[in-house]
Amino acid sequence: MNAIQIMGLTKEYAGRRVVDQLELTVRSGELFALLGVNGAGKSTTIKMLCCLTVPTEGDGLLMGHSVRTDSHAAKEILAVSPQETAVAPGLTVGENLELMAGIYGRPKSRVDEVTAQLGLGQWVKRRAKTLSGGWQRRLSIAMALVSRPEVLFLDEPTLGLDVLARRELWGVIRGLKGHTAIVLTTHYLEEAEALADRIGIMAAGKLRAVGTADELKALAGRENFEDAFVALAGEGAAS
Amino acid sequence: MRMLAFAKRNLKELFRDPLTLFFGLGFPLVLLVLMNVIQRNVPVHIFELETLAPGIALFGLTFLALFSGLLLARDRSTAFLSRLAASPMTAADFLLGYLLPLLPMAVGQSVICLAAAVALGLPLSWNLPAVVLSLIPSALLFIALGLLCGTLFNDKQVGGMCGAILTNATAWLAGIWFDLSLVGGAFQKIAYLLPFAHGADGAKAALAGDWAALPGHLLWVCLWAAAIMAAAIWLFRWKIVER
Repeated sequence: MNAIQIMGLTKEYAGRRVVDQLELTVRSGELFALLGVNGAGKSTTIKMLCCLTVPTEGDGLLMGHSVRTDSHAAKEILAVSPQETAVAPGLTVGENLELMAGIYGRPKSRVDEVTAQLGLGQWVKRRAKTLSGGWQRRLSIAMALVSRPEVLFLDEPTLGLDVLARRELWGVIRGLKGHTAIVLTTHYLEEAEALADRIGIMAAGKLRAVGTADELKALAGRENFEDAFVALAGEGAAS
Repeated sequence: MRMLAFAKRNLKELFRDPLTLFFGLGFPLVLLVLMNVIQRNVPVHIFELETLAPGIALFGLTFLALFSGLLLARDRSTAFLSRLAASPMTAADFLLGYLLPLLPMAVGQSVICLAAAVALGLPLSWNLPAVVLSLIPSALLFIALGLLCGTLFNDKQVGGMCGAILTNATAWLAGIWFDLSLVGGAFQKIAYLLPFAHGADGAKAALAGDWAALPGHLLWVCLWAAAIMAAAIWLFRWKIVER
């Protein structure tokens, strides 16, 4: 079943197209990585699908709910872990999770489940602002999971983290695969290659290529994924 | 439910900030004591408790604008508000969630200020609870002003607008330190077009038991509060919820 169906999604700012006629489907339980250089249109795409900005043209369906015309229903089944760490700094870890449970009407037991799932038990009474960057990111993802979303957007979840913290978060993200449709945006090519079922490469607002890492390497005629990305994204950016 | 969960979060954030507690609850008290000491040492009656206490109780409420504005502006400056905007929360959930935790603070602030005035010599009377109630429209006005500023400006700008400009405007235009009729003219006319002097006069009328004067003052404050809150809701919906 398609969790996300994108049809001609387009966004213009002051006459400049930053996302141009995007067509894509993501299946339930699939982890889809969206790659692209800065300004490729990844974050704008995520914002439109999270109902944070209105598409100029086209539409996106989340489990059949239009982000344009049925955004309230779409918001009930989506969750986002934004690019910046999005936590309430003055609240404890437990209180941050309880806040999200309260907003989505989930029971307290769901907070306990997510706390255990993401290994946050030892920090549950610590104020969020006192956590390290890696743990704040983990909390940010936990807050997105409290509502049991059917569609989860992870916007640059490991940006700025050291290698160890990044690898730990990869483990967390791998643990989510199969349960919910995940769209992951990242600059780290090895992250997409390691985690994603399929990868989409965006350049200049257009989706240039979609496939598994091996399919994209074959498409670009390159041995390694970085070379394949440069060939496909560079080709898109140049056009 | 959503609104209450968000209001609970805001209450915790506010009460865990020591500066909020000092300016919210302590600063008006310091002003009241200071003015009372001045009054005891001058031969003329300029800072009588009967006019000073309601005025300072109103002045203390200006800090609510600072608190609500800063909280909203800080949330806007991080991705935290984006996360919540992607949830099913509505504009009303957001703004009531910011507003509700500040109302008990407003009442507490007024009660503490009046209790201190009683300790300094203000006669205890049944009109004192009416003063607290008469200040609620002004509390709503200041919270709405803060939310409007928090929707439009960043936290530094909110600090300047609500922390400096609004507190000074209220201090001078509400007739807290002096009788506005002593200045008269355009200054007095402008002061009574704005809601601050009506807020102070309403509280003074409640303390004096002048029930005939009270509704007019409160109505003026309520109209301003409703207009500013409507503007805040519209702008918030436009900027954040409806993108």
